Amino acid sequence: MVLAVFLLIRLVPGDVVTQLIGLEGQISPRRVEELRRLFGIDRPLHVQFGEYMTGLARGNLGRSLRTGQPVGRELSRRFPVTIQLAFMGLLVALAIGVPVGVVAALHRGRAADVLATGFVLLGLSVPSFWLAILLILLFALRLGWLPPTGYVSPAESLSANLAHMVLPALSLGLILAAASTRIVRSSLLEVFGRHYIRTARAKGVAERGVVLHHALRNALIPVVTVIGLQFGTLLGGTVIIEQIFALPGIGRYALEGINLRDYPVVQGAVLAIALAFTLVNLAVDLCYGVLDPRIRYS
Amino acid sequence: MAGRLFRHSGARVGGALLIMVLAGAVFAPLLSPYDPVAIAPERRLAPPSVAHPLGTDLYGRDTLARLLHGGRLSLTVGALSVGLALAAGGSVGALSGYWGGWFDALVMRVSDVLLAFPAILLAIGLLAFLGGGFWNVVLAIAIIYTAPMARVARAAVLAVRHEEYVDAAAALGAGDARVLRRHVLPNAVAPVVVESTLRLALAILAEAALSFLGLGTQPPAPTWGQMIAEGRTVMTFTAWPAIGPGLAITITVLAFNLLGDGIRDALDPHTHVG
Repeated sequence: MVLAVFLLIRLVPGDVVTQLIGLEGQISPRRVEELRRLFGIDRPLHVQFGEYMTGLARGNLGRSLRTGQPVGRELSRRFPVTIQLAFMGLLVALAIGVPVGVVAALHRGRAADVLATGFVLLGLSVPSFWLAILLILLFALRLGWLPPTGYVSPAESLSANLAHMVLPALSLGLILAAASTRIVRSSLLEVFGRHYIRTARAKGVAERGVVLHHALRNALIPVVTVIGLQFGTLLGGTVIIEQIFALPGIGRYALEGINLRDYPVVQGAVLAIALAFTLVNLAVDLCYGVLDPRIRYS
Repeated sequence: MAGRLFRHSGARVGGALLIMVLAGAVFAPLLSPYDPVAIAPERRLAPPSVAHPLGTDLYGRDTLARLLHGGRLSLTVGALSVGLALAAGGSVGALSGYWGGWFDALVMRVSDVLLAFPAILLAIGLLAFLGGGFWNVVLAIAIIYTAPMARVARAAVLAVRHEEYVDAAAALGAGDARVLRRHVLPNAVAPVVVESTLRLALAILAEAALSFLGLGTQPPAPTWGQMIAEGRTVMTFTAWPAIGPGLAITITVLAFNLLGDGIRDALDPHTHVG
């Protein structure tokens, strides 16, 4: 994984020096060589890789070639922004997806189900960046309820932080909500056909109890799996959403790094995103054990 | 199968929407008389009117004309990239499922690595490498969809690989090529067709996202994503330039999603189609 990122970005023609020259005008070829040496990108690839891996093992992600700032420090500053965005997006998705999916499954074939199916189809077809713009247009520019872009740290003001994060989280979460609705509905419909549901109903359990305690709990395993997988898409989506809302997160950092061929920045940012993805998958696996006590990890 | 597909209400709606979008793209010059790239500062940011049903953009270009011509680009990029991903991923995946062994292990590990990146981030990285432009966008989207396509093709081939009729054909002395072509592929094609249709929807979304970020086909050629990005810069004055292209993307993606679901249901004999 590290090797793939390392090689991919170095395959890109041009490096940080040519990009900087592009920004600053003419420069002599000798100075270019000097700069390459200064940045350490004149040496053979395997030497650069070896050095990077040694640094990585010590928790050192290198320094940005452009700003000279340590990548690790920048990432730890930006990581909470992206994670907050992703989790708020996930919260929106679950808060909408689970109840809508349950209602759709309970009223299969009726108006509520048709409406939910329409919501799913639309949600899976709307581009998230366009939805973001529509939300800004409506809630920030027309109604003036929420700020259009920008970021405030929660340490500074929690309410201002939340106000700035609502629209980005909705842009990400509404689309994931559609995917969650679909899987909750289909998973519940499958569970409704099982014998233990009939038994629960036969022994007089109220419908609410049947749905909440018997059906939903068993239907949640595929839901958790799909949501875990969707989290990767969500992390990819943060790249564009952070760009639109000017949030100082990892996705935007990666995009800036890619544009400037700032190798350590891209490597660090992509590693952080891959790490987050892996941690979510681990969390998904642990959730299985909670949802289904028969699943045990040794 | 065609009959079942035609009876599927979702597929009918999807098909109708797709015909509408295709017709708009094909007959673009007839539907809107304006040149999609001709700048006319005197009528910039005009609201919708009879002359300009969707208004004009910051440079006075007719939004409807750009929308219709942009459809040509989006649909072509989508079709070409999914076609390429299908050709590369489909064949590698099919061989990987058929042969198994070290080739299969290699293909799976490479696809694991490709799938570990969020797709859009991978495409952005590739375009930074390749540079913008029509063919590079096609290539970047094709590359990010090759791994998932290979997985689906592999799974489809694995599902029929050990059927008795396949063993029988091999026992009768048919070579690998013949067994694959005559016996395995025809029975493994359904999931791949469904995946391709649904991937078309994703490819159109990916193309729009990339050109929104300024990494796609370069201006002045209109693309939907780029039109939304331009619309965003003027949205404090008028919402029109951003609304049309977003709707166009949504309708096109919806059409492919509906059609993909319809094909899946029509191919599945257990699903009741009505």
